[in-house]
Amino acid sequence: MTPLFELREVEKTFEIRRKGKKLGLRALDGVRLTITQGASIALVGESGSGKSTLLRVLLGLTPPTEGVALYQGRPIAQVRAENREFARNVAMVYQDARGSLNPRMTVEALITEPLRHFGICTAAQAPARVRALLARVGLAPEVAGRFPSEMSGGQVRRVAIARALASEPTVLVADEAVSGLDVSSQAQLLNLLRRLQAEMGLTLIFITHDLGVASYLCAEIAIMYLGRIVETGPTRAVLDAPAHPYARALRKAAPEFFAPLAEPLTGEIPSPIDLPPGCRFSGRCAYAQADCRLTDPALLRLNDHRAAACLHPLTQSFANV
Amino acid sequence: MNDILLDVRDLTLDRGEKRILDRVSLTLAKGETLALVGESGAGKSTIAIALMGLLGRSATTSGTARFDDQPDLLSLSERGWAALRGRKLAMVFQDAGAALNPSFTVGRQLASVLRRQLGLSKFEARSRAVALMESVGINDAEGRMTAYPHQLSGGMQQRVMVAIALACNPDLLFADEPTSALDVTIQAQIIRLILEQTRARGASCIFVLHDLALASQSCDRIVVLYAGQVMEAGPTEVVLRDPRHPYTRLLQSCVIEIGTEDLTPPEGSVPPYDQMPAGCRFSTRCPRADARCAAERPPLQPVAGRDLACWHPEDAA
Repeated sequence: MTPLFELREVEKTFEIRRKGKKLGLRALDGVRLTITQGASIALVGESGSGKSTLLRVLLGLTPPTEGVALYQGRPIAQVRAENREFARNVAMVYQDARGSLNPRMTVEALITEPLRHFGICTAAQAPARVRALLARVGLAPEVAGRFPSEMSGGQVRRVAIARALASEPTVLVADEAVSGLDVSSQAQLLNLLRRLQAEMGLTLIFITHDLGVASYLCAEIAIMYLGRIVETGPTRAVLDAPAHPYARALRKAAPEFFAPLAEPLTGEIPSPIDLPPGCRFSGRCAYAQADCRLTDPALLRLNDHRAAACLHPLTQSFANV
Repeated sequence: MNDILLDVRDLTLDRGEKRILDRVSLTLAKGETLALVGESGAGKSTIAIALMGLLGRSATTSGTARFDDQPDLLSLSERGWAALRGRKLAMVFQDAGAALNPSFTVGRQLASVLRRQLGLSKFEARSRAVALMESVGINDAEGRMTAYPHQLSGGMQQRVMVAIALACNPDLLFADEPTSALDVTIQAQIIRLILEQTRARGASCIFVLHDLALASQSCDRIVVLYAGQVMEAGPTEVVLRDPRHPYTRLLQSCVIEIGTEDLTPPEGSVPPYDQMPAGCRFSTRCPRADARCAAERPPLQPVAGRDLACWHPEDAA
């Protein structure tokens, strides 16, 4: 079966100027990723890891400089340019939900817009459709007449989700859709997303920095560091026994009740303009050996489900596979 | 009790018709770390701002806040504040990028605090500033003195903020969500830095946090707030291992850790200020609430090793 999305050796270099010199900033470097229909995958990484650029590549908004990015076996940019089908099938919930909604439009107008644009239903059917979508995300029908400024952060996110679902997509891409919310609204929203994924059979691509959120919502995980996916696999397996030292550090950094305060990593993420030779994580890696500073490891299979970009993966059973 | 540094009694704060804080009481011993936790609108940051004397004119307060040898912070004149703020009391803000002045180098911002508060000469202030930058873990402190805030990473900016806040060895440091704008691997570095530096100075610290797990890892005591009222307060171990207030329980049940299977968040949201019940403000969402809860405010009183404000507390876990 053709995977829904397939990225092969995707590289994206942005040209920047520093002190009059032209430099290449490699936001994505050797990204390999396969997403099958109906999957739920979390893209996890810290700022500067390339999550947002990867998202733009998946949505066809940024063409890769090198490598191929395919949607159902065809280049994403080409599929996107053909007609509205791609935009209709792949819906997006933006990180800044409030900023993504026109403040001068009511909720009704905001949700009607994609209904009309994609010709989902007739104008006469639209009001009923809007109310059905609001009900689906747990909002009362009265909300239709309100403006985003009259609503709480959690409600605005729900409106953004309802708007994304209006085009009847098969893929929902969400960028930090629950971050910055209070824990109770966050929990409500996560339960909603879980339910929607199960009921509508959505493929869910979820960008987050929170491993707890990733494990709650997504069956698969891809952990990024400085423009490369350094580990992928089933979320629980990866988090229970990370193979890549960076994945392990990220796992240990997550706050845990009454555990001693961990400080798993020293230093900070290096600049993507000035990548270290060899493995990009070697400068901060507690397990780095001499060859790590010479050879840049690609993302390679450890077993049927898992892959890591590490010369010396941590999980013993994977050694020499 | 001589070792009490801060004793806040019935702090009430109104902005127009809105009662933002409703009779908040808390105490803090010398050298202790306290976490203020709760969701947005709980009044965590407002408490810190009120105790730093940074409230605008639109707010009116009642109650008292004894601090060290000051009988009441809340009735201090602006002049009285000027002698305390920055010296005895200091604050680390959530967004260091916004709190630092973008037009001046970080070295100049740090040195200006030392010159103004401690009356150091330009030369002395500079060398002290370099030493402070080193003490908060900034490599090449000498070189970074001439950096503007935007030239530093978020973690480095927050380190500079900590250095500025600790410049005059305050007795009490407020840290308002000091790490929520930072990446997780940097978060622990900054929390540890604040704990180490305040401990080394024998100072107390009040953290404003929304992450209960982080509070359990970093603070001696915890105050759980909801819509401007204290729900439960006590040693972190006691409160979070065996919460007795229905709100604390619900808050804890919303925390996602790796491997969490199910979340059961409370329905609804905090009522608007004009619809707040006269009694316990959590009563509109509380599974245990009855008519009395909505009408009559439960007093904060000792129960099982902590202070609790609830008519129908939960049983031991």
